[in-house]
Amino acid sequence: MAIDRDKNSYTIIFSVIMVVVVGSLLAGFASGLKPMITVNMEAEKQQNILYAMNVNDNEGASDVAFIPTDEVAADFSKYVTKQFVIEGTKTTENNEAYLIDIKKEANKAKKAGYVRKLPIMIGEKDGKEIYIVPVRGKGLWDAIWGFVAMDKTMTIQGVYFDHKGETPGLGAEIKQRYFMDDFKGESFLNGNAFEGIDVAKGNNDPLNNDKTDYEVDALAGATITGDGVAAMLKKDIKMYVPYFKSLNK
Amino acid sequence: MGLLSKKDAKLILDPLTDDNPITIQVLGICSALAITAQLKPSIVMAVSVMFVLGLGNVVISLLRNVIPSKIRIIVQLIVVATLVIIVDQVLKAFAYELSKELSVFIGLIITNCIIMGRFEAFALGNKPWPSFLDGIGNSLGYGVILVIVGFFRELLGSGTLFGFKVLGDPIAKTGLYAIGYENNGFMVLPPMALIVVGIIIWVQRSRNPALIEEN
Repeated sequence: MAIDRDKNSYTIIFSVIMVVVVGSLLAGFASGLKPMITVNMEAEKQQNILYAMNVNDNEGASDVAFIPTDEVAADFSKYVTKQFVIEGTKTTENNEAYLIDIKKEANKAKKAGYVRKLPIMIGEKDGKEIYIVPVRGKGLWDAIWGFVAMDKTMTIQGVYFDHKGETPGLGAEIKQRYFMDDFKGESFLNGNAFEGIDVAKGNNDPLNNDKTDYEVDALAGATITGDGVAAMLKKDIKMYVPYFKSLNK
Repeated sequence: MGLLSKKDAKLILDPLTDDNPITIQVLGICSALAITAQLKPSIVMAVSVMFVLGLGNVVISLLRNVIPSKIRIIVQLIVVATLVIIVDQVLKAFAYELSKELSVFIGLIITNCIIMGRFEAFALGNKPWPSFLDGIGNSLGYGVILVIVGFFRELLGSGTLFGFKVLGDPIAKTGLYAIGYENNGFMVLPPMALIVVGIIIWVQRSRNPALIEEN
């Protein structure tokens, strides 16, 4: 008996079966692979944090080279000595502070009365204490984020930026070494006041020799992404100012 | 080709040469332009498309007698989307760095016209085994062009292959760079992929005049 494939009832039954089969197949795959994907994402975060504090394989490479994935966990526990969560004036030690989703925290903080959890990682490299904080903001097309490593005086030791969908060759260049390296040595604080760092066009300092101008040279053709980086740094780093002030007392 | 009959072998070999999806049918150009700046993503893209197209063709072919014709395009889309999501998840789990590099392009496999084209033109009317071969053949044809374009663009644009500096170091001025060679930055940009594909089409048609369309 041939089935009438043009009947509406057949079409509907077929669709329902198809959706159920496909849905359960995908759900199975997603939950089966989730643990591995989570491990990969954690390793990536560790690589980015270590990169910001200048623990990387850049030596001899022409571009960003992370610590290899299989060594990153060991290096992370070696270099990152302490992790804290700052809530208002309270600071608690938390060894998984780096996993805090700052996108979620930023959303929660929109509600009145919510005290935002601010993660901060304290690392040690060459006998120097380094404070690493995560930042997140908007580029031209989509989210941009990164990690900023500073010393006690909020002078940048290194940064790492990444993006979701900036234009290749233009905004996407924020994750290139020549842009990120420009930030090293710049400071967020002007005396006691928070200044931030601008990504400036025509700052007459393309090689970034002047480390006290609170500016780095912008990327050609990526004005909005550059402004996004500056805004992200101003907004997110500012929240840590009270913490750094309490350190320097 | 002792394993395959003459007809089956044709299914694999034709798309590699005289019925190439990119150079003859001019399908799947979008991804060919986007991801071929380097060799590695080109190969991964080719393999992913091979997986999706080979398996997708079989699935569609198995279902060809039960798919209601009214919604067949949607059914085809669902099959592609499902396979693509599986590829994406597997890459994220086992080749995370690569999946970051390919990011949106994996999703774009769904819109790769070669896939919908083969589902509609071949798998809906043929048995699973020929459909499988057709899928593999077409994705091989697609992959060959991707690899050729990726090879030239990475070599001439960045002076590397698979990330290895085969022409010397442009900063330290070793190898070819010592005698004044420079990378062609234009090769890295998508327009140059179009030009490289154009050159391949030109070479292919001048070797086989039968391919030239009459106006």
